[in-house]
Amino acid sequence: MNDTVIPLAYLFAAACFILALKWLSHPTTARRGVRTGEIGMLVAVVATLFHLQIVEYRWLSVAIVAGVALGVPLGLLVPMTAVPQRTALSHAFGALAAGLVGTAEYYLRQPEIDRTTMIAIGLEVVLGFLTVSGSLIAAGKLQGTLPDRPWVYRGQNVVNVSILGIALVMVGILVVDPGRAVLVPIVILLSLVFGSMLVLRIGGADMPTVISLLNGFAGLSASMMGFVLDNELLIVAGALDGSSGLILSITMCKAMNRSFTNVLFGGFGAETTTGHVERRPVRSIDAEEAAFFLDAARSVVVVPGYGMAAAQAQHKVRELTDALQHRGVDVKFAIHPVAGRMPGHMNVLLAEADVPYDRLFDLEQINSEFPQTDVVLVVGANDVVNPSARTDTTSPIYGMPILDVDAASSIIVVKRSMRSGFAGVDNDLFYLDKTQMLFGDAKAVIGQVLDELSRLPTKEAAG
Amino acid sequence: MSQALEVGLFIFVLASFLGYAVITKVPGLLHTPLMSLTNALSAISIVGSLILAGAGEKGFATLLGSIAVFAATTNIVSGFLITDRMLKMFRRRQAPEGSKKGTSSRPTS
Repeated sequence: MNDTVIPLAYLFAAACFILALKWLSHPTTARRGVRTGEIGMLVAVVATLFHLQIVEYRWLSVAIVAGVALGVPLGLLVPMTAVPQRTALSHAFGALAAGLVGTAEYYLRQPEIDRTTMIAIGLEVVLGFLTVSGSLIAAGKLQGTLPDRPWVYRGQNVVNVSILGIALVMVGILVVDPGRAVLVPIVILLSLVFGSMLVLRIGGADMPTVISLLNGFAGLSASMMGFVLDNELLIVAGALDGSSGLILSITMCKAMNRSFTNVLFGGFGAETTTGHVERRPVRSIDAEEAAFFLDAARSVVVVPGYGMAAAQAQHKVRELTDALQHRGVDVKFAIHPVAGRMPGHMNVLLAEADVPYDRLFDLEQINSEFPQTDVVLVVGANDVVNPSARTDTTSPIYGMPILDVDAASSIIVVKRSMRSGFAGVDNDLFYLDKTQMLFGDAKAVIGQVLDELSRLPTKEAAG
Repeated sequence: MSQALEVGLFIFVLASFLGYAVITKVPGLLHTPLMSLTNALSAISIVGSLILAGAGEKGFATLLGSIAVFAATTNIVSGFLITDRMLKMFRRRQAPEGSKKGTSSRPTS
């Protein structure tokens, strides 16, 4: 009975997981997807509790209760602005579970382990623990407890690759001679060190790629656990998570026109631009003028970037766009794939601020519309609107697909100062004749524009 | 190659292709919920963790298994909850839009 019911429950769970992801393809069905995933998970967990191998329920009950006690506040109370950190932290937790199970399985089975199982255990442990430390460092950087800038030194890549190489050689030795138990803690330690070193050298704006990659690693590690335990459900779920993470990280790389190796080993954004800011003249306006410009427009496109998230300006931005819409202005949002600190970051923040999702447009959808746009309002975005990505072959961001905001009739850039963006390159957009700079903290400045706008007389007939 | 490994590899490769097909359909709009949902789903490693924690093995294995159960449970609970919280926020433009000054009827060329 047990032999049939449990595998069938697992099969049901695997089907639920696939449907869950399928329904995530549209916002109207996405919540159904979550429900389905939950049902699959519940069925799998309950079925497992009846597994014949489980004879002692005391400790696992304690662990489940503790996990729920931590999981509920992490799921319900974490503010949307902290979603990137929370995601990184959950990658660490998932990978920790896989790494620990792999370690325990090794000690329970040694000294006689067949080669394929040992390979799976080895990969599970290496991938698991490098994801644990890498994700913790990523979470620290996103939270701001660790510096955002990459930590780079000469010969770093050689050191990092050697650390990983030594760990993999030790796994190789274990495959040939599984009895060398002393190697396992060393492999764990080296994986932890490699994971930290890898992420320490990655800067804030590359986080979308890295966080996706860590997501993929955590999934692959769970899949390897499936090979160790001969559990097909684990293999399926891990492969789904793994492919999701890898697809997202490739999408992020493409959105920056950079390769994996360049992101992981390039140390992008490390060179701090020390006093290299050109003294070219820019046009600066105040909130009153900005309100006037926006009110006179028929169509406005807002381009949010990490600066909006950092200033927590999304609610003010939404209020401003609401006010403009009431005054007959058509407002859209243009979202670059790597805007923010994780894939989809801007969308979640704007959704939280109650911006309807059919006002949010991605790069391909919106780029053709800029020539017909009266005013583009750039809020805390920089590199993703830099025209030199199209023209300047010497620029570090050359070839990166950008939002063609320079095609619009006029541009207002909300920015703290003239400091360059993450890539450390000057932005020609700011010096165009049709560009106006509105300096200040995004939240405060947008608030002022909103005040000024409310003082303007309402238009008679729009257009 | 053992039977179990052969089946496992088949499933792994097919599930990866299936994952590719399904996940490339998820729009950029929902990439953050996608990541938190796949993260919750991969916490299915709780299955292996439960068996390890409950097998009545030596203290060390039970300890590692229990920590793994704790970590996986945290991910399941928080992952599903926060994904749903995010998705609840994604809403369409309301039908009766504030002032009907022709904002939505304006032709977007």
